[in-house]
Amino acid sequence: MLDMGEAFGVAVALVLSGDGDLMEIVALSLRVSLTATIAACAIGLPVGALVATSRFRGRGAVLVVMNALMGLPPVVVGLIVYLHLSRAGPLGFLGLLYTPAAMIIAQTILIAPITAALSRQVIEDMHAEYADHFRSLCLSTRQTVQALLWDARYALLTVALAGFGRAVAEVGAVMIVGGNIDHLTRVMTTAIALETSKGDLPLALGLGIVLMILALGVNALVHSLRLTAVRQAYA
Amino acid sequence: MTRLRLAALLCATALPMAASADSILVQSTTSTANSGLYTYLLPIFTEATGIEVNVVAVGTGQAIRNARNCDGDVLLVHAKPAEEQFVADGRGTSRTDLMYNDFVIVGPADDPAGVAGLEDVQPALEKIAGAGALFASRGDDSGTHKKEVSLWAGTSVDPSTGSGDWYRETGSGMGATLNAGIGMGAYVMTDRATWISFKNKQDYQIVVQGDADLFNQYGVIPVSPEVCPSVNADAAQAFAEWLTSAAGQEAIGAYMVDGQQLFFPNAPE
Repeated sequence: MLDMGEAFGVAVALVLSGDGDLMEIVALSLRVSLTATIAACAIGLPVGALVATSRFRGRGAVLVVMNALMGLPPVVVGLIVYLHLSRAGPLGFLGLLYTPAAMIIAQTILIAPITAALSRQVIEDMHAEYADHFRSLCLSTRQTVQALLWDARYALLTVALAGFGRAVAEVGAVMIVGGNIDHLTRVMTTAIALETSKGDLPLALGLGIVLMILALGVNALVHSLRLTAVRQAYA
Repeated sequence: MTRLRLAALLCATALPMAASADSILVQSTTSTANSGLYTYLLPIFTEATGIEVNVVAVGTGQAIRNARNCDGDVLLVHAKPAEEQFVADGRGTSRTDLMYNDFVIVGPADDPAGVAGLEDVQPALEKIAGAGALFASRGDDSGTHKKEVSLWAGTSVDPSTGSGDWYRETGSGMGATLNAGIGMGAYVMTDRATWISFKNKQDYQIVVQGDADLFNQYGVIPVSPEVCPSVNADAAQAFAEWLTSAAGQEAIGAYMVDGQQLFFPNAPE
């Protein structure tokens, strides 16, 4: 019934054809998910570092909540963002619903907890090693956080990639707030859902393979950048 | 500072992709989108008027809810009572019949309930239930689901008692329900346009068709600018008028998939 070979054939043909519509969808997928990843890191990394380096009452509860939020269901995030951005909602006047910006907002909310929770763990481990050293230098919290974020940058790249992976693969949130509008808000995952609903399973699977190649490409790029940076650092 | 930069970032990425000034958003049922009608029809409209049309294709129930939230300029769906209610509530300026096709029941080639060839839909449904054969329902408050529920209401069977057993409510769109129904060997009620353009038919074929009760009417409604000041009222009106004009109706009637006409224009002259 399902021919994987056919799907691979479709995927290869799609990529080789350089089909304009496909390129548009791929570009939007990358733009939305990469922007969301940057935004989520801008929020999540400082929060994670701050929680990692401070001690306060109820910290345990905060950690549990942060970790639990990593499992936010995309559909629920989509629904909440929809209710806020809808013309009938509190932020409706912005006119953002059914635009790439709405999709970026939804994905940012979805993956910010991932970047915060994972970076918290990474930085806490590192902080345990450096705590005495920092104390002897009399660094402020801000300086400590900055130093830790910088020292942990390679591990944090992996955190960012985990967030990107979640963003680029989710369909529930972008479907609701983007609306899967052709040439405007259609991304890889919503296109796959659409082709599945049309019963065109080989094309849907072909698009899925293209999406996986895309994720592979982004990860390979980041990996090679990291290698270059490390090599220069030791040069 | 970070927040400011973020806002700037979001704005910068949003602006170039914002819908162009003269564009409208249509909240639509899925069959018109999945069957390729819009891909064929909308460029003709855009060329004639310069108005860009964006389509959000969801079930009729969700399309109406979205339009009630003012998240769309035009409603194009197929559930006449719900559409008339929408206009009666002041949410739409007017409703016009646009086109029709019909619903069919599709089933596996071995036809376990023996309903193939029946023309009356309600005896066929009773027979399916009586035989304990599987039936996959949309279960999502869509136009097709509303129609199906109304058909069951006229039979001696209450399918909700068999929910989860022989009556399988997928809670998803037409295509997803067809995929699921075909996967489990269940009968499915679908609109003909979706069925003809559906590509994962396997051994399924139409088993029941031709009953007058299976008539499927589509309507078009511009969203009221009085309730929703944000709508692009002029362009929405122009879209509804063009669809129901001689040119629009002719274009709808000319759309074919596999040599078959999917939608039959019937706007009032």
